[in-house]
Amino acid sequence: MSCRQAFWGAGATAGENKRTLPIGLILPFCALSAGRLLEFRCMRRVSLFVTCIVDQLFPEIGLAMATVLERLGYEIDFPEDQTCCGQPAFNTGFRDEARSVARHFLRVFRDAEYIVVPSGSCTSMIAHHYVELFADEPDRLAEASRLESRVWEFSKFLTEVAQVEDVGARFERVVVYHDSCHGLRELGIKEGPRRLLSHVRDLTLREMDSAQECCGFGGTFSVKLPEVSGGMARTKIESIVRAGAEAVVGIDASCLMQIRGALLRAKVPIRTLHLAEVLAHR
Amino acid sequence: MSGVPEERFHRTLADKGLQEAIRSSTVRLSDHRRTALETLPEYEELRTQANAVKRHTIENLESYLKQFESNALAHGAQVVWARDAAEAADFVLELAKRKNARLIVKSKSMTTEEIGLNERLAHHGLEPVETDLGEYIIQLAGERPYHIVAPALHKTRYDVAALFTEKLGVAREIEIEKQTRIARSVLREKFLAADIGVSGANFLIADSGAVVLVENEGNARLTTTAPRIHVAIAGIEKLLPRAQDLAVFLKLLGRSATGQPLTVYTSFLTGPRREAEIDGPDELYVVLLDNGRTRLLADAEKRQSLYCIRCGACLNHCPVYRKLGGHNYPGAYSGPIGAIITPQFMGVMHHPWLPFASSLCGACGEVCPVKIDIPKLLLDLRADVHTAEARQGQGRLERLGFRAWAWVMRHPRMYEMAGLMASALLAGDRWRSRLPDLVNQGPLRAWLSQRDLPPVAKSFHRLWRERRKAAAK
Repeated sequence: MSCRQAFWGAGATAGENKRTLPIGLILPFCALSAGRLLEFRCMRRVSLFVTCIVDQLFPEIGLAMATVLERLGYEIDFPEDQTCCGQPAFNTGFRDEARSVARHFLRVFRDAEYIVVPSGSCTSMIAHHYVELFADEPDRLAEASRLESRVWEFSKFLTEVAQVEDVGARFERVVVYHDSCHGLRELGIKEGPRRLLSHVRDLTLREMDSAQECCGFGGTFSVKLPEVSGGMARTKIESIVRAGAEAVVGIDASCLMQIRGALLRAKVPIRTLHLAEVLAHR
Repeated sequence: MSGVPEERFHRTLADKGLQEAIRSSTVRLSDHRRTALETLPEYEELRTQANAVKRHTIENLESYLKQFESNALAHGAQVVWARDAAEAADFVLELAKRKNARLIVKSKSMTTEEIGLNERLAHHGLEPVETDLGEYIIQLAGERPYHIVAPALHKTRYDVAALFTEKLGVAREIEIEKQTRIARSVLREKFLAADIGVSGANFLIADSGAVVLVENEGNARLTTTAPRIHVAIAGIEKLLPRAQDLAVFLKLLGRSATGQPLTVYTSFLTGPRREAEIDGPDELYVVLLDNGRTRLLADAEKRQSLYCIRCGACLNHCPVYRKLGGHNYPGAYSGPIGAIITPQFMGVMHHPWLPFASSLCGACGEVCPVKIDIPKLLLDLRADVHTAEARQGQGRLERLGFRAWAWVMRHPRMYEMAGLMASALLAGDRWRSRLPDLVNQGPLRAWLSQRDLPPVAKSFHRLWRERRKAAAK
């Protein structure tokens, strides 16, 4: 059988019957559709990496994220041996320590298909910086580069994988969205969270004048140069207050911890909320 | 962190007027840049091109330097190679002595700040006079530039009025235009009387041997043409292969710096005055300065620091610079670019805190017109600091802390126990509101100096187990 016959179907030649769809086109199409269906079924299971900050300090954010994902029909897997992604050491310049923690992460999430993370910063660490850490370890490097398509920041997972913008939430507050630096600049997350918030019933979304300016957390920066970090947080707060917000919404618990701490210190009665908490609210 | 000049930081942060001046200027410059880029649809493409040209030039620096030298010589300029700051400054000093020069006018140049030229000349009885208005102001004030592009960014017009009255003996004048006129009348006399003009260089063009200067005030033109002798001092990284490459860089530089499509003056200087020409110096010297730059060339990753065209955009957008201002950074260069080049020029252990003076927000890398990956380099330098510290037996406590931390993070049971212990330690309002000194140390103390603590909570691990048990019932 010639290639041409195989493409058009056995017994047929290009000249004979041009009106029927050639098998050569139909078969891949069917395979693709079946693959999509299969993929859709597999996609229903997601693994949570809640991050150490959420685990230890803001567990309600993890629960809210699980709630939203469950409502969308996902089965939640929580690998119990998870700890931290290693970013604190990496950003402080302790590469070996970061690498050892990253290896632990790779082990724990080896079988996870989708890893959803309530943090832009930790997602970026895993998706972008692990490959730097494992540049000299070919096996782990391959594993780390496969991670990039598997690890998803929560809002990006909703808008790009689950492809939802309206999760049926209701939240009666005037809020501003704070762009977390790593989410914004390393993952390109800007419109997604705002679109998700714009679909929340009774919620008023306002823009603050320096939404994209760092809150000053910066990991160990916050305790290495505390006064500069605190000054940056206060600048952020002024911007939040100017916008007339009742709550600040973000996608990183670490930024929210910084803003929250500074708001409390300044006795400003404005709440901080993770996007997942708003989206879980009804 | 040890070695952080916290006292100085505190003084800057506590000065409300200064904070306001820094913030309003940097925000204004950032806004101007953004507006200017709205009418430059090919901006991203230009950045990519600029990065490629700089990469190519830096990787082939030796041959371009030779090409520049031979072309500059052919045009009658003289080329001087300076290994370090002292050699460059000494050359100017010796030249001045040889030519019996006393008054030296200068146009704005960060490179001459880097080599401490003014101090050296003044020390030997010569009179260096800055002719850029901002530089003139800070020279009168006895300070160093606050910003790569806007040296007197921290001075309000009231500060300038007081300064002029004190140093020039003029009546108090708070109108900026009139202040400019005062400076101008003083400086015109200096230009006419000067023996030598010293400038920097924004670009050096290999294929024509030209020194390119961009400026807004016209003072660089006077500096480089009125005196008999012109000395241009430039870092070796200022090279571009061809004059046509400027088409890319000039579009980026003005817009990134001040939001101008082009600066008011762009001068191309090839050689001294030729016969039948009216303006121009009799002699032109181009001093090519190394001062640590060739050391960077050896590092394939870090040598991108040499792509910098000194536009100052990273300073304007840096939230840390917006708090610290320029004078808290050691050396001539402040802000994110200073935090990566100063440690490399001087060695990381001179000011080991410098690469840590960043929240790694990435705004600097985002706005860099030549795409220097500043956040990445800051991270690399942080690792270098720890390596150097380990070699010198310093920073043991922090290293030990992170080693222990990493061990805990690799052992999930230990991690859970550590979490339980920490929350038990911090639980209860009685403790939290007034932590005993024994506990309130180090990072915790630093955190509490500015902010309240996060709530004490059951871990997600525990809550998830409880949730699953409840669901099973």
